Amino acid sequence: MSKKPLKKKHEVETTGHSWDGIEEYNNPLPRWWLWTFYACIIWGVGYSIAMPAWPIFKSGATPGILGSSTRANVQADLDKFAAMNKPIQEKLVAVDLDQIAEDPELRNYTQNAGAAVFRTWCAQCHGAGAGGNPGLGYPNLLDSDWLWGGTMEEIHFTITHGIRNETDPEEEARFSQMPAFGKDGILSGEEIDQVVQYVRQISGQESDAELASAGETVFMDNCSACHAEDGTGDQMQGAPNLTDAIWLYGGDVDTLTYTVTNARFGVMPNWNERLTEADIRAVASYVHSLGGGQ
Amino acid sequence: MWDYIKLIALGLVAVLAAIAAGNARDLAYQVNAVEVMLAAAIAFIWVLRTMGSRQPAPQNEYFDGVVRAGVIATTFWGVVGFLVAVIIAFQLAYPVLNFEWAQGYLNFGKLRPLHTSAVIFAFGGNALIASSFYVVQRTSAARLWGGGLGWFVFWGYNLFIVLAATGYILGATQSKEYAEPEWYVDWWLTIVWVAYLLAFLGTIFKRKEPHIYVANWFYLSFIVTIAMLHVVNNLAIPVSFFGSKSVQVFSGVQDAMTQWWYGHNAVGFFLTAGFLGMMYYFVPKQAERPVYSYKLSIVHFWALIFLYIWAGPHHLHYTALPDWASTLGMVMSVILWMPSWGGMINGLMTLSGAWDKLRTDPVIRMMVVSVGFYGMSTFEGPMMSIKAVNSLSHYTDWTIGHVHSGALGWNGMITFGTLYFLVPRLWAREGLYSLKLVSWHFWLSTIGIVLYAASMWVAGIMQGLMWREVDSQGFLVNAFADTVAAMHPMFVVRALGGVLYLTGGIIMAYNLYMTVARQPRVESRSVAAVPAE
Repeated sequence: MSKKPLKKKHEVETTGHSWDGIEEYNNPLPRWWLWTFYACIIWGVGYSIAMPAWPIFKSGATPGILGSSTRANVQADLDKFAAMNKPIQEKLVAVDLDQIAEDPELRNYTQNAGAAVFRTWCAQCHGAGAGGNPGLGYPNLLDSDWLWGGTMEEIHFTITHGIRNETDPEEEARFSQMPAFGKDGILSGEEIDQVVQYVRQISGQESDAELASAGETVFMDNCSACHAEDGTGDQMQGAPNLTDAIWLYGGDVDTLTYTVTNARFGVMPNWNERLTEADIRAVASYVHSLGGGQ
Repeated sequence: MWDYIKLIALGLVAVLAAIAAGNARDLAYQVNAVEVMLAAAIAFIWVLRTMGSRQPAPQNEYFDGVVRAGVIATTFWGVVGFLVAVIIAFQLAYPVLNFEWAQGYLNFGKLRPLHTSAVIFAFGGNALIASSFYVVQRTSAARLWGGGLGWFVFWGYNLFIVLAATGYILGATQSKEYAEPEWYVDWWLTIVWVAYLLAFLGTIFKRKEPHIYVANWFYLSFIVTIAMLHVVNNLAIPVSFFGSKSVQVFSGVQDAMTQWWYGHNAVGFFLTAGFLGMMYYFVPKQAERPVYSYKLSIVHFWALIFLYIWAGPHHLHYTALPDWASTLGMVMSVILWMPSWGGMINGLMTLSGAWDKLRTDPVIRMMVVSVGFYGMSTFEGPMMSIKAVNSLSHYTDWTIGHVHSGALGWNGMITFGTLYFLVPRLWAREGLYSLKLVSWHFWLSTIGIVLYAASMWVAGIMQGLMWREVDSQGFLVNAFADTVAAMHPMFVVRALGGVLYLTGGIIMAYNLYMTVARQPRVESRSVAAVPAE
């Protein structure tokens, strides 16, 4: 098939085999290749003597003369930081919550530790920058509009027990439930349209004056018990303030109609089982410091 | 007589599949059963209608029909696989492309295994089967063994791909990377694979050449080892004969170790040994030069297949895997470096004396770049298996970049070269339709790979550094979401690289089609006769 290649003087012989016109030179193994290969093997033997390698004992493998262990290394690393942070963590859990921000050392520590805890555990919902996730119901933690209160005490309580969960072993999670006014037939479609316009009116948005004035009655009869007569909400029940421009799910007509019709039920997990008291205090202090702390 | 047995068997399969479809406990299983029923029914009708009128194949010609079908399938699945790749690359960069209406079917999680299986098993697998059938016949000077067995392998393998792909979309998965198909699809692949082994080995046994060519060693090691890996990693007990769900026999870290023993050797034997078989035939053929060193091919072959099988634990550094197993995986991976490079040296040095062809022949250029990427990724691999490096690279997009410089660069490019070599010969055409288009394909692919690999290096290393960054008190500095946001520009670059690669693939498909449709026929090439004794 293919032409026989022209042979040059310096070229070695072929092996004499030929398959479908393919021949093979009888070149030796490249020296650099062979020596690198040997070097890798020798290194491999050495490495397996130095490190845990041969599973020949009933109790496990040879530990290696360097006695290295990945688990021990990680533990040593963790222990080092744990020992370093231990005194300050002890101090942190001993003081009153209100004192944390007053003590420069504690304040400095909680800024770092709290931010780290926040980025690891809280950022998934509240965002890495704590700006929340408007529209999905994850509150913005940078403003002063608190659902359940913004004092150190209250933030600490919320983080410890969570909101509307059934997993808190101490069953202290704060709980409230808005009725599904439309779905459960408490309000008619017309009444919902009216109260939506009223809510838009008290929050300073464009609204239909006629519907809104009818909606005021609906609001007073059905909503004011939780959201207060002036619509400013009630932090004891986690009822949002409806008179400001801050919305959990949205203040447009469609979203408000959906909210009134179907209600909302935002859940936050309890962290008392996953974080230490020092971590909870650190992150509470960090959130408190973000701008809205009361 | 033989036809009647076939009819009975096919009829039985169709009826059983219909029963299975009727009793199905989940949608994926039901759809798969209907697919099997249709396939069996079509084969049944075909056998029935052609009974008595089929001519026995001329035994003095090579069995090239199945290779032609394989070339078409390779090209088709290649373009499909690249297209899904581009879609999921954009989904990663712009999550809004995981459309609400397609949730549960066409979101990233469903499409990702579809992409990996389409490119590895559909594109790569068809390329391997087709090229191995071509090569083993030529280098053994014998017709493919087993009569029509080759056709069974081809259609059976492609049925496996269709079953697997529809299963993924409908939610049938074992959740084992690169081994996602459920138990009945695994069983079917096992049958097809044994038929493949028989056809290949049978041809080797009846060869007229005194020695077995090096390409066939590699192909054979690939077929045998994949059979072993496939069976062991897919040991599972079906929950019901009428449902897709199964339970793995191994659990915990043993399961993880088995999975990555399989996973790494899918790379080692499917994507390395198999494709080296391809390289060992098509590079010397296209270059018209002898293989550089017979000795090197022997030594690197045995070293490669001995060492690769131990390297799996490097996928599980710093996990529940014991330290000793980690050491084993790392040491074997590093020693594997030179045996891997043996193939690169033999490939590149075979071209020495024919370097001028790089200027004139874009197909050779493709093969050279392919071997170059092979060398690069087989250096990168051992390096990433070193624990200290792995502690940075593991779980990051660096791994994705590594895989793709191997897959796009090495596997993709050598397959393109092989397809360009095969099509004019298989269809007896006077050369390719357009060398200029081959050149376009070459440059688009190469630039695409460079964009892909470079962006993933940057993304992966940055991601690893951000993850491990701790402050002086031992607290993490970055949120996970911060790393995702930081990688966004690199994700866009990666997707653009994919667009270039896909464009190259479409150009190739067009060029190959035009070669068959437009190029004049060369009669002397039309009969691929098996040489006489």
